[in-house]
Amino acid sequence: MRIFSFTEPLNFMRFKMPALILSGLLVIASIATITVKGMNWGLDFTGGTVIEVGYSGGADLSQVRQVLADSGYPDAVVQYFGSSEDVAIRISPREGVEQSTISNEVLSALTVTSSEPIEMRRVEFVGPSVGDELKEQGGLAMLAALIGILLYVTMRFEWRLSVGAVLSLGHDVIITLGLFSLLQLEFDLTVLAAVLALIGYSINDTIVVFDRIRETFRKLRDATVHETINEAVTSTLNRTVVTSLTTIIVLVVLFTMGGALIHNFAFALLFGIGIGTYSSIFVASSLAVQLGISREDMLPPPPPEKEGEGTEPLL
Amino acid sequence: MLNKNPLWRYLVVLGVLLAAFLYALPNVYPEDPALNINASRGGVVSETTRAELEQAFTDANITAKAVTLTEGQILARFNSAEDQLRAREVAERQLGSTYITALNMVPTTPGWLRAIGASPMKLGLDLRGGVHFLMAVDMKAAIDKNINDLVQAFRADLREERVRYRAVQADLERGQVQILLRSAEDVAAARAALAKNDQELVFSDGDNEHSLVVSLSENRVKEIREYALEQNITIIRNRVNEIGVAEPLVQRQGADRIIVQLPGVQDPAQAKEILGATATLEFRLVDNDSDLGAALDGRLPAGASLYRDRNGQPYLLENRTMLTGDHITGATSGYDEYSRPQVSISLDAQGGNLLSNATRSTIGRQMATVFIEYKPGEERNEDGTPVLVKYEEVINAATIQARLGRSFRITGIDNPAEAQNLALLLRAGALIAPTQIIEERTIGPSLGKENIDLGMTAIMWGMVVVLIFMVLYYKAFGLIANVALLANLILITGFMSMIPGATLTLPGMAGIVLTVGMAVDANVLIFERIREELAEGRSVQQAIHHGYDRAFATIADSNITTLLVALILFGIGTGPVKGFAITLAIGILTSIFTSVVGTRLLVNLIWGGRRVQSLPM
Repeated sequence: MRIFSFTEPLNFMRFKMPALILSGLLVIASIATITVKGMNWGLDFTGGTVIEVGYSGGADLSQVRQVLADSGYPDAVVQYFGSSEDVAIRISPREGVEQSTISNEVLSALTVTSSEPIEMRRVEFVGPSVGDELKEQGGLAMLAALIGILLYVTMRFEWRLSVGAVLSLGHDVIITLGLFSLLQLEFDLTVLAAVLALIGYSINDTIVVFDRIRETFRKLRDATVHETINEAVTSTLNRTVVTSLTTIIVLVVLFTMGGALIHNFAFALLFGIGIGTYSSIFVASSLAVQLGISREDMLPPPPPEKEGEGTEPLL
Repeated sequence: MLNKNPLWRYLVVLGVLLAAFLYALPNVYPEDPALNINASRGGVVSETTRAELEQAFTDANITAKAVTLTEGQILARFNSAEDQLRAREVAERQLGSTYITALNMVPTTPGWLRAIGASPMKLGLDLRGGVHFLMAVDMKAAIDKNINDLVQAFRADLREERVRYRAVQADLERGQVQILLRSAEDVAAARAALAKNDQELVFSDGDNEHSLVVSLSENRVKEIREYALEQNITIIRNRVNEIGVAEPLVQRQGADRIIVQLPGVQDPAQAKEILGATATLEFRLVDNDSDLGAALDGRLPAGASLYRDRNGQPYLLENRTMLTGDHITGATSGYDEYSRPQVSISLDAQGGNLLSNATRSTIGRQMATVFIEYKPGEERNEDGTPVLVKYEEVINAATIQARLGRSFRITGIDNPAEAQNLALLLRAGALIAPTQIIEERTIGPSLGKENIDLGMTAIMWGMVVVLIFMVLYYKAFGLIANVALLANLILITGFMSMIPGATLTLPGMAGIVLTVGMAVDANVLIFERIREELAEGRSVQQAIHHGYDRAFATIADSNITTLLVALILFGIGTGPVKGFAITLAIGILTSIFTSVVGTRLLVNLIWGGRRVQSLPM
């Protein structure tokens, strides 16, 4: 069984400009959304307290809100979490009180006023200073990952491909962040981990294509740049799609069965892998072409290869 | 002949798999609910305690699987969580407050597996339930206290050296001491006098005329910070032991942070109270004139109160305190000139003066050290938080041999361990930098269990779907990839169990699910390559050979970049995210091994070195 079976390479380069324009627009739109609407930063980054309690007979949100308002937390955000029996209460950081004891107060207030026993499922408190640190570290980590990849790909391939790869990675990350901003999905530490993992997986796809581009350049001596890239993308298309498919399958499983805590994590990866697959087919190599890649750039350094051999030097 | 492998390769791969399998095996055995019993203040755990406890369980109709005594701690295993909870009540009634009982889950790894050092994976708090605190030590307070001490010390030093000064002030904002003097000669004299006593001070000219600014050397600041951190870690360790938690973790993080993890603790409020408890120290004179026996009967003499040490030995102490613990700047244990254990104590300038005055006329009498701690008791406030109860305990009584000053020693201590403990308590009572909880993550036990179940289902179904897909898509070769995938899962579990620092978390389980999806990638690359080679008209053997060879460079390149990202994640991540990074990194390495090395051997075994017309793929 094969998904695609082509006798002729597909003309991907025909979509070079449309793809670049589309991607450019998406990136601009994402940046605009992020600037205007901002990210819905999770507790890890804003600081504050989240308390998850379980009511075995189903919870009455308005009553919980009332209790909290009476206890001095009128600004608490109360939502169902995963099911109607679980309630997540989020309280933003406040000045002048011992922050770490807020959860104790809330829990005892809820216990006293509830007719049925409630269950403490989860308490998370993050001090405001910790939140700022995590934000800074997260940004640094993303930069470090991108720079690390930039260096590695430059070393193993060529700078135009490297820049193309990193730009398309940035594109994946920005659009994923843009979607989180647009839908106002909570962006917490696990989502950050997902975005970083996404960088890792997306580069994986891109490298496979680049590897083939390099090989094809060496093999097809008379082909134009466009023809070469078309040939390379087409011949790796099956692999790209199959791998993305298996990854997407497990992510769908994770999204539907992994529980509420892992929801946004799975969502970020699911969307990101989709975008990443698109960008490694259409964007990364188009960018390299725009940067002026040519066959000469791809020829192996001396000693030169023998005529007609396309074998790679192994690592 | 192409695609034949020597026997040793098969043996090596089989060996690796077998080892991983053995080390992964302990995860299959269920855990026993258990009770840990440790001795606390003055209690001793002995064989008698163990036997009595076992008898008590039998009397209460609780069947214990085993009650064992190892390394001064009793471990009782039960068949069910109910038995465990009932047994805890029995144990607490039987043993009283001098023992600490802690609920625990202990692995039932069989002896032959334990013999090779195999144990189950460690579960993160998000999977087993419990409390995680990140505490920050208030370093500013530590430095401030030091600067204030310096002011006192400078005043005393300058007076002693007869240097007249206008003022000695602390500038806490800048971490300096400012000394205002009357003349340039005085400035020089002051500088010389202070430098003589403490060579680590940094002097500079002040803004005012005839002034001197003294600040702490970088080295000294570092020492102060280290001391404050170490002191807090020791105190927190002590308190955590009192909470009664099996396998607690108290660990330093960075320059001023402490991580505290208490698995299984279900009441974070109580844990917070205990960690935040304050301890102080007082030195008091022993009242030898009055009758201890009468005092024990309830007739206390005027001006004295009754105290006890941890063994219950009574002491009658004067109500007047000679000195309080906040003047202590350091306490270390060591040996005196006769190699007997001792504790050296140093005080700040004010403390030195107080003690010097107090011991002028009391040489030959006994001085007792009282450790005071506020801990949550049984009673509850209206809002449900426990009432803090004051515990006072005599930790040492020693005869005053001479007039004491800024530094003195307590000798005549029974053994080095005792000396160490005393030094620790002295330091604990003189906490120079308070801590604050800046992060808390508590997971209830039921949520932890739920998370494990969710993670396991996701891994299982992810696996099933991928296995089916691969067989449909690649037929026999799909089966081979599936064998590699299963081997990969065993390898990941084995490595996670083997590596001491690796902890399985919920994102970590997500990482395993993801690895299942991604691990087939290498095989997909190889198989697609073989198909291409076949399409280009190569023979079967050559197609296999080139397929593996050419795909390898691509596999290596693409995985090295992912590994790079995993390492970065590990570097910045905390708790659960670190868990994700670990499974991701291990997954990448094992999947390269299984799909490149492992499947090649299988493919070669089945199709290699023979005349084959076509491949079933």
